[in-house]
Parts: sequence; C-alpha cells; structure tokens
Amino acid sequence: MTHKPFIDIRIVTYNIKSTVKGVRMIETILISARTIDQGATLEEKTSQAYFDAAAYCELNEGNLEALGVSVDQNVKVATAHGMVVLPAKIDARLPDDIVFIPMGPWANAIVDPDTCGCGMPGFKGVPATVEATTDPVLSMKELMATYME
Amino acid sequence: MPVIKDVVCTFCGCLCDDLEVNVEDNKIIKVGKACKLGRAKTMGMFLHERIEKPMIRKNGKDSELEECSYDEAITKAAEILVAAKRPMSYGWCSTSCEAIEKAVVLAEETGSLFDSTANVCHGPSALATQEKGAPSCSLGTAKNYADLIIFWGCNPVHAHPRHQTRYSTMAKGAFTPNGKKDKKMVVVDPRNTDTAKKADLLLQLTPGTDYVLIEALRAIVNGHEDVLPDEIAGLPKAKVMELADMCKASKFGIIYFGMGITQTRGRYKSGDNVSSLLSDLNQTNKFVMIGMRGHYNVTGFGQVAAWETGFPMAIDFSRGSAYYNPGETGTNDVLMRKEVDAFITGAADPGAHFPQESVKHLYTIPAIQVDGYANPTTEFSDVVIPAAIAGVECDGTAYRMDGQPIRMKKLIETTFKTDEEILTEIIAKVRELKGAEGGA
Repeated sequence: MTHKPFIDIRIVTYNIKSTVKGVRMIETILISARTIDQGATLEEKTSQAYFDAAAYCELNEGNLEALGVSVDQNVKVATAHGMVVLPAKIDARLPDDIVFIPMGPWANAIVDPDTCGCGMPGFKGVPATVEATTDPVLSMKELMATYME
Repeated sequence: MPVIKDVVCTFCGCLCDDLEVNVEDNKIIKVGKACKLGRAKTMGMFLHERIEKPMIRKNGKDSELEECSYDEAITKAAEILVAAKRPMSYGWCSTSCEAIEKAVVLAEETGSLFDSTANVCHGPSALATQEKGAPSCSLGTAKNYADLIIFWGCNPVHAHPRHQTRYSTMAKGAFTPNGKKDKKMVVVDPRNTDTAKKADLLLQLTPGTDYVLIEALRAIVNGHEDVLPDEIAGLPKAKVMELADMCKASKFGIIYFGMGITQTRGRYKSGDNVSSLLSDLNQTNKFVMIGMRGHYNVTGFGQVAAWETGFPMAIDFSRGSAYYNPGETGTNDVLMRKEVDAFITGAADPGAHFPQESVKHLYTIPAIQVDGYANPTTEFSDVVIPAAIAGVECDGTAYRMDGQPIRMKKLIETTFKTDEEILTEIIAKVRELKGAEGGA
C-alpha cells in the first residue's frame, strides 16, 4: 500500500462552492464517535432503532442554512474514500464546518482506512464535503451489499 | 420473584458490579441501577434479533444462509481455518477471559493472525504504554483521591454513562466527601459534548491537534510558556494556561482519554505525549491516566493475550511463535493489504466498525462469525455460530478498564453453547483435521 501523507487539517469558514447543477457544497471535517442511542442499539443492528441511531449526520445550524437544507433532508457526505447519503440533523453546539456521524457502517463507508503504519484507521478528522441530495439513504443490508464485488 | 444482586454489567469498560436483575421463568424482566446501555444489553436479550440456529452459506456470499447443526457449522469453520494459508482471528472482546484463552489456542493451532477490537479503539494506547509507560491506578483510588478530572477526547455521558457517578466527577470519595464540589472537571474535545455541559473548563480544540495541545501544556508545566504562540490548537493561549494552572494546583489529577487521542492525527504519539506530560506533572504533583475502554472485556483480551503470548494484540502466529508489529500485523492493515484468506470473528462486529476497504476484502474470503445477534458481520459470514451471551447466560471473568478482574454472573439458563465451548470444539476439530492431513 502506498503511504499517503498525513491528513491536511483545514478549517474553512462557510466555504460554499457551487457545482454545475447549482447545488451548494461545504467543506468540512468528519468526526465519527459513539452516541448513547447508537450504543443502546448495538446488539440490534438489523432494527429500525439502530438505523435511526446511526444513519444520520449532524451539522450546526449555520452550516445547514449554508447548504439550503432543512432538518431530516438528505445530504451526500463525501470524502476521498467514499460517499454516503444521510439525513441531516442539527447539533447547535457543533463548531462550524464539522460534520458528525455516529460510529457504524454509514460513517465507516467514508472514513480514512489508512492506519499511518500504526494499526489504527482514521475514524476522525477526515476532510469531507457535504451537499444536498435527493438520493435515498441505504439500509444497513443495502449498504453492506455495496461491498460485494 | 428472585432478585439477583451485584450483577456485573457487560457493556462497557466500567463493568459496574451493582446491578439488580429480576428473573422470572428464566427471563429477565427488570434491570435495576443500570444505565441505558446496560439495560438495553441485558433486557434486550429477548427483544433483539437473536441468531437462533447455526447457519452456513453454501453457494457464495450472495446465497442465503441455511440453518444447520452446531456440529456441521463447527466442522465447516475448522475446515476453512485448516485450509487457509493466512487465517485471521479477530475480536473476542465482549466475552470472557476463559473464551479468549481458547481463542489464543485456536489462533496458535491454525497459525493465525490474532487481534482484538483495540485495533479500532485503544490499540494506539497500548503502543503509547509500551513507548513511555502509563502511570495509572484503580478506579477506586481515582474515586477517593482525584480532585482534577480531565476527560480528553472521550464523552462518558454517551459511552460510559455511570462513570461519573461511580468513579469520577460525581462520586464522593474519602478525600472528596462532597463529590463534584471537591473536584474540578475539564473536557478537551473539538465538540461541545454533553459531557462538557458540566465541565469547569472546556477546551474545544481544532480537530487533530491534540498532540500540539499536549506539547503546549508540557512547555507551560516546564516553565517555557514564553515560547508559545498566542493561539494553540485553535485555542487562546490563556485558556491553555488556565488548564496548566489547574493541573499544577491539583493534589491528584487523572486524565481519562478516549478515541480523541487514539484515532486522531497523532495516533499513538498523542498517548505517548500524555504519558510524558504526566511524567512532567509527577515531578511535583500526582497524576495518572486511564483509557476509557469500550468493549467491556477488551482490557481482558489484552491481559490474556499478554500472559499467553507476551503481546496484547496484533499477534501473528504464522511463524510458529508469537510475532508482534501492530502497523504490519494489525487487523485493518492485513485486510487492506488483502493478505488474509480466511477470517474468524467472535464477540465483535468488524462489519459495522471497520473502514470500507477492510470490509470489501472480507466479502472476498471465507468468514466465520461467532455471536449472539445478527449484525453487519452476518451479511458476509459464510458460517454463523450462535453463542450464549457472557455475563447473562454464562459466567466468566472480565477486566475493568483499570485492569481489575471481576467475576461475571450467570443470570439465566440457555441452550446456546458458550464462546468457550464453541472455540474448544473448533480446536478439537482443527486438531483432528490436521492429524488426518499429517497422516496422509
């Protein structure tokens, strides 16, 4: 495996881009971590409760407004390592340009697999873009099936 | 109605040992004193999608899993492991130390790679400990003595909900009889988390700059604050000075650290630097560090693996003896190099918790799952073996996050085999197959 340089940490304040389709996009840093609801549904990952607990992303209100997206509307979160569609929620206490996704299959579709030679992949601090989409959110089984070649 | 007291909760590394469980007709009907996580785990036994029967996928990954007997599934698992050139055994952290001991034997017997969930959790903390050491104490000592509690890159309100009341900020200790009033609490996190709501000081640093902040604290503690810029890790210098002053003023400080240290840019070097910071502080004060372990017995895996093989994780038995080099032999490294040609996992869920590139490879090789519940790992597993839930359906030993062994209780009867029994039977079958191969 070729060794990539360390992640370039960037904080871009309301760096709104316009794509050809006129969809607004923001540049963010992805953080994935445990939440209590994700933990409480850990042993029922085939359930709707787990889907509700792990298949969403959070941004602050300003970022959501910049995207022109309302709560529960789907957004596409993309990194150099993949793309995932999730409903957007607000965490008013999040700093600007941070996108949070609970740990689980949806976050892990886009985290950085590089372990930097020490065993641990990059589950936090991954540069990610966020934009509105009308694409659907994949269920756990649908998401896993995308890995089958 | 029998009430079982002092039940050990088998969710997180807190291993709370004061739960009260009501059992009626071999069913758990009430769980007292547990947090939301512990209650969901213990009560959920009867709500969640249990793997009811052993299953085998006969025609590739896209065929359906078909029910079979335990014997068939165990034989198939042994055949896969014996036929493999580079098998890997992963997980074994939500189970007993007795089962982990058997997993070590199976890995050695099959020349496997052998790793725990620390690979995606506190693996870098083990490396940091090996580099610099980790001054530590029991959670009991921390409860009784600590007057400064720093949660660095962890969010116990969500991940370890009873930690603060039992062991840290809210707990009334021998030298902190007024609980929170006698303690200072600091949170270091890029997010203003729910844990931070009650903190005396929140340092909301720029993501990935933990190492920088630790280094700045070391400079201040060692009297070199003049060399620091006005802004450090996205924070005003004054705020960093405030934390340094709190450290210097404390009688007994503790840094509880989580994935904010292990999964961010510095990886194990950040944990290593926490240890260096404590070394500096310990010249004049008393400071310790404890990793906030997730799986309730991931600490036990490290203990068992270390006393059986000399290493805590990322062990490679392919040479006939234990070899350890985490950046090379860690699960995600070998999966992403597409090196592994068979995979067995138990009491863990790599399907949900590994990056996409690792999961893609798991879809191309024979995979065996030993677990109580269906989950993303079931989706690519070719052999699925249902197991009893340790700490509920069978007893055993687990290690708390501070390295204290605690005996888990059996609460109800079950017809499922335990992880220990399943592994014992796979080992016997592997030996039988290898014996037949050797004789041929």
